[in-house]
Amino acid sequence: MSAHVLPRKLSVSRSDIEDFLFGEAALLDDWKLTEWVALFEQGASYYVPTAGAPDDADPATSLFYIADDYHRLTERVKRLLKRTAHVEFPHSRCRHMVSNVRITGGDDSAFSVTSNFATYRSKRGRTELYFGHHLYVLTLASGAIRIRQKTSFLDSDDIAEQGKVSIII
Amino acid sequence: MGFQTPVAELPLVDDRSAQGIFRVARRAFVESDVLDIERREIFGKCWLYLGHESEIAEPGDFLTRGVAGRSLIFARSKDDEVRAFFNTCPHRGAMVCRERQGNAAMFRCFYHSWAFDLDGKLIMRPGNESYAENANANGEHNLVPVPRLEAYRGLYFLNLDHNAVDLATYLGNTKEFIDLVMDQCADGMEVVGGTQEYGFKANWKLLAENSMDGYHGQPTHATYFDYVMSTNGGLGDTVVKISKPHDLGGGHAVVEYGAPWGRPIAKSVPAWGKEGEDETAALRASLTQRFGEERAKRIAYTNRNMVIFPNFVINDIMAITLRTFEPVGPGQMRVNAWALAPKGEAPKSRQRRLYNYLEFLGPGGFATPDDCEALALCQEGYANAGEAGWNDISKGLNQDRPSIEDEVQMRAFWREWSLRVEGEGR
Repeated sequence: MSAHVLPRKLSVSRSDIEDFLFGEAALLDDWKLTEWVALFEQGASYYVPTAGAPDDADPATSLFYIADDYHRLTERVKRLLKRTAHVEFPHSRCRHMVSNVRITGGDDSAFSVTSNFATYRSKRGRTELYFGHHLYVLTLASGAIRIRQKTSFLDSDDIAEQGKVSIII
Repeated sequence: MGFQTPVAELPLVDDRSAQGIFRVARRAFVESDVLDIERREIFGKCWLYLGHESEIAEPGDFLTRGVAGRSLIFARSKDDEVRAFFNTCPHRGAMVCRERQGNAAMFRCFYHSWAFDLDGKLIMRPGNESYAENANANGEHNLVPVPRLEAYRGLYFLNLDHNAVDLATYLGNTKEFIDLVMDQCADGMEVVGGTQEYGFKANWKLLAENSMDGYHGQPTHATYFDYVMSTNGGLGDTVVKISKPHDLGGGHAVVEYGAPWGRPIAKSVPAWGKEGEDETAALRASLTQRFGEERAKRIAYTNRNMVIFPNFVINDIMAITLRTFEPVGPGQMRVNAWALAPKGEAPKSRQRRLYNYLEFLGPGGFATPDDCEALALCQEGYANAGEAGWNDISKGLNQDRPSIEDEVQMRAFWREWSLRVEGEGR
């Protein structure tokens, strides 16, 4: 792995980005999904490849669990807030842990960030753990960080224990 | 005989069709004794789906996969022969192949370094001179092949029973419906990269029922239909008006129906725009040329959810999924799901197909997670099986023209299950 060099053209620091990612996690913990999806810019995408997929997995050629364009992402949020999204009614309790935040390249117009995650979901006496890393493409617009793309890679061999990806991990 | 009769004194499948009664005892979903019989009489004797030929397309390609609780190697030898072996060294039993897939000239067990070619033959045994000359005379030191391995239209099945009927006979009437899927491309079909390996906290038979259950669609998947409406400005045209369940015999069953969603082969929806419309029109024209109007229309517009007894599903709906599921315990199953697509499909079409697949199917879709929940709730409800002991599967009994919202297809499954688990005498 090459030595990490902070991109020069980026006008936000890692701690600014951490604040943003921790804030995102708090919205997800609190099921504030309408506020969460507002962190994405128009045209953004949200992906969860199948467990163990490589970082360059492409939803145009490989089967994922989730490959949402902006329209379907907003529809996913609408769905999850309905009583008829049975798997999440009543809402499961979730806790999103985010760490190891690194800026891996880019400039204010688009920069890449990776983080590690451990997300716990609990419902009816069962607790499931989702763990892996997120890859973000973020952008700065009028001083605010926005998500252009979020991909959540799961490190488990499969999701036989978790069964489904019914929450935003 | 009535609802007061103790459950244990009745057969698990209480089939009194003439009286409008068809019930299944909830004990069948929770008791480990039942699972033991299923492992022996069903998973030990039925043809079980292993994989598709396209997953090991080149000589040397292999993958490892679990079927019926066995750990298997599915491989294509350098002579282009498709093989399946138990993934265990004939020497001391260690798992020989630890990779999920790849291309190899040999498999080597790391424990004592015995090595095998892709036909399973022993090719290296360190300290060979210390073994008797005839130590592998009858192949005792080769990888053990599965008792039976046969294919139909690229789908490989195995059978643990040497005496089983041949695969084509076993598949019986399902072949007509497999053909409707495999005929979708003149060059054949292929499995797309990426397997969805997930699980349900429920008995495996609940997913057999659910996979071809037309009755649960609206209530369970209301949010999916909300999404279709919101995306396409309405539910859209189903084109074909049929709704037919078929008991195919042997426990196999299929439902055929029209539905509002888009089908990559070859029914467009407004969200796909003019490009999607043109493309599906061209695909339909090609189908018509190959098969004539009637069959082309059946391939293009009709949806099919089929269960090949006991645990293989081919759903040809808004995309095509192949799915297997098998018990880990009475209340837990593992599921493998793949996307099947035409070979050489145009990149835009492939992209649209995969997008379509994920709108409904799989652990992150808008529908399957709710099935996951429904089945888990059934299983949790069976904690009460001692007192609330029966599932009702009588819908549509004795109807002249049952629809897919009736339960003909589940009864087909359960009658075969009963025959195998409870025997003909029950």
